[in-house]
Amino acid sequence: MSAHAGGYSADPRIRWIESLPWIVALAAFFLLPEYLSLGARILIYILYALSLDLIVGYAGIITLGQSAYFGLGAYVAGILAAKAGISDPMVQLVAAAAAGALLGISTGAIILRTKALTLLMLTLAITSVLLEIANKATALTGGADGLSGVVVAPILGLFRFDIFGKTAYLYCLLVLLLGWWLVRKMIYSPFGTSLTGVRENSLRMHAIGAPVYWRLVLVYTLSATIAGVAGGLITQTNQFVGLNVFSFESSGELLVMLILGGVGRIYGAFVGPVVYLIAQDLLAKQFPEYWYFGIGTMLVLVVMFARGGILGILDGALVKLRSRP
Amino acid sequence: MSAAALETRGLCRSFGALTVADDINFRLESGARHALIGPNGAGKTTFINMLTGVLPPSSGRIVLGGEDITAMGQAKRVKRGLGRTFQINALFRRLAVIDNVALAVAERRGVARRMLRAASTHADVRSESMDLLATLGLAEDAGIRILDLPYGKQRLVEIAIALGLKPRVLLLDEPAAGVPSLESHRILQVLDNLPKHIAILIIEHDMDLVFRFAQRITVLVQGEVLVEGPPEEIVKDRRVHQVYLGEQHHG
Amino acid sequence: MEAFFASLVSVAFHGAALGMILYVISVGLSVTMGLMGFANLAHGVFAMAGGYVLTTAISRFGVPFPLALALAFALVAAASVVLERLLYSRLYAASDLEQVLFTIGLIFIAVAVARFIYGTLQQPVVLPDYLKGQFALLGRDFPAYRVFIIVFSAVMVALLWFGVERTRWGAMVRATVDNRAMAQSVGINTKRLFTLTFALGSGLAGLGGGLGAEIIAIQPSYPFENLVYFLVVVSVGGLGSLRGPFVAALLIGIADTACKYWLPQYGAFPIYVATIAILLWRPAGLFGRRA
Repeated sequence: MSAHAGGYSADPRIRWIESLPWIVALAAFFLLPEYLSLGARILIYILYALSLDLIVGYAGIITLGQSAYFGLGAYVAGILAAKAGISDPMVQLVAAAAAGALLGISTGAIILRTKALTLLMLTLAITSVLLEIANKATALTGGADGLSGVVVAPILGLFRFDIFGKTAYLYCLLVLLLGWWLVRKMIYSPFGTSLTGVRENSLRMHAIGAPVYWRLVLVYTLSATIAGVAGGLITQTNQFVGLNVFSFESSGELLVMLILGGVGRIYGAFVGPVVYLIAQDLLAKQFPEYWYFGIGTMLVLVVMFARGGILGILDGALVKLRSRP
Repeated sequence: MSAAALETRGLCRSFGALTVADDINFRLESGARHALIGPNGAGKTTFINMLTGVLPPSSGRIVLGGEDITAMGQAKRVKRGLGRTFQINALFRRLAVIDNVALAVAERRGVARRMLRAASTHADVRSESMDLLATLGLAEDAGIRILDLPYGKQRLVEIAIALGLKPRVLLLDEPAAGVPSLESHRILQVLDNLPKHIAILIIEHDMDLVFRFAQRITVLVQGEVLVEGPPEEIVKDRRVHQVYLGEQHHG
Repeated sequence: MEAFFASLVSVAFHGAALGMILYVISVGLSVTMGLMGFANLAHGVFAMAGGYVLTTAISRFGVPFPLALALAFALVAAASVVLERLLYSRLYAASDLEQVLFTIGLIFIAVAVARFIYGTLQQPVVLPDYLKGQFALLGRDFPAYRVFIIVFSAVMVALLWFGVERTRWGAMVRATVDNRAMAQSVGINTKRLFTLTFALGSGLAGLGGGLGAEIIAIQPSYPFENLVYFLVVVSVGGLGSLRGPFVAALLIGIADTACKYWLPQYGAFPIYVATIAILLWRPAGLFGRRA
């Protein structure tokens, strides 16, 4: 894993190549109108993967419980829409973010007192708790059947969610843009650099007087907030939310997407979901068992041979190209 | 008697039946150049760990600049001017040299928690870090990653980080450890040029370095202070000779 | 009052059976973690494999129950040796993230294979006649198989503890858990020790999975669904410890059974809350070594 963004000598200005994802996204909007619902899903998962990268890639905390915040955001948006009659998408999204933030700070403050396996286990436990609650509180959540009847009013009263997914796509793109901008700012800031310090050598960070615990709680809360927003988006675009938002497979898949793209580099969170979700769309429908077998095998192979993910491989190739006379 | 820069009173630490620190009364004067020596396993690093707050003592008090810090956490002690280096490099290996130092400088300046402006726009942190690197002869290596640096220079970065905290008391744990003798003169130079107002306690096995550097030496054996005094006296002390020549001492 | 007492005994009994199974399965995970510093999240795969071996051997091949149990242990242990030598051993020095990713990959593979071979439904458990029915104890009737589980597991546990306390292997394990570098420098062949211990722990997991097939259903989602339980047992009990997880497993088994019986609307919620509370109080687990 190399190519860390940020630091005290890094140029924070947006390089031209960083506009590439947005150009591609806009091009897809105009050129691939039949795939906009898949496109929206990819955009949401990029946001979701960004939230995970903050914790795993930058702060170095390994978690399998990111889906707790995603799922909570999803259900909060859904419950507001279907049960409380609040159909304004902005309100739903803000509520999803707030829920993610609240759960993030309360659970983060607790689990960040532990480390490694215990921390991992606690993240699983928290997700399991939420899954249990969603499963049992059928009046509110629809239980195992899921929550339908999610009503999303036109954005700003003007832009209706059409059946072609055009509004949804642009809506998700805008939210992702905002999320990306905030995450990028944070990574290049002194706070972001101190996070990489924690990841590289937590012992030394303590020895230079950094309040490591509180910094981690803060980034964990931010990450949970973003995951909550992503969850809200998915409910809004599907107009449905089910228990699978809390599943282990979902957490595992997100980790796979991130690793696939490359951890600890903002654009890994972009590349990973694109490759994964498109491949899944093409292959998994026909051979679902083979799909998970393939994913598992790929994970094992990546760990054994290609630890930097796709971007890491590209980096290596670039280095080789540049060193040729 | 004026307040010592750092003082311990009756410091003890045991792990069950094993005592690693036994009633250590230690005094580090302002601007001191003080060495802590002793055979392996004497408890020197444990002592440092207690001073810095990594390890809580079983009993006793630690006083920094007249203030009792025994119950304080690591971060607070650092804020009150206590810095340390590690015997085995504790560096941010995949980060550049300048970032390693800047992290410490930023913490001290209270900049590290800021989230909106980019790190590189904080010119004050950058220039202070670069100045510090220059005094240690590391200016050209500023952009190089630690893991691409030779060991001797890594050891210098180890000291640079601690200096970035502008400590009043500096604890150096075997700064020359593992450095090939060809490169260790750099470390010696750096030690010689350290600001005079900083009180320095150095743990070392390299006796040449110790006698060149220290104005006062404390000898620690099996967690207890055996003897303390200026180098001329320590050199002549028979008990110290016994310890270092491996003669049997208390069962 | 009589009825309450009766249900108390029943809960304690069934809880103990679940606890024993949890321990037999999880002890390998605890020792592996303490010995190699490797967090094997795929440990549940071994338990699931043991369950499939047992049920397939009995239902498909008519193998008698005791032999099927032995097979569950032996086959899973043997397979784990292959996995350890080929894959796991390369990752002992890898970062936590890499170990987690690797084991998740293994889980995905195992789940896909299980689903492919056996489909998604639970495996039916066919017990031998002599273990069916009720067993009378102190004037009360208990399901005979659960009694068998408790007794058999207790014997296995006793053998294990004896082995760790008294054999040379056990001494080497204890030394290496305590201080790996030191153990290597006194000449302990850690590679062989790891493989042997890993095989033993995985074999026990397979045995526990097969033995407990009636309590923890054997289905492809097994490694996902039960991972939390195994991790809770090990975390609360204390990584690398042998006795700690035993107490933890019993506590969790009984607490889980009690909750499901008296507070079914809350499901496993109280267990998780209790786990979080215990770990806040004692982050290294109830009997953990590392602070």
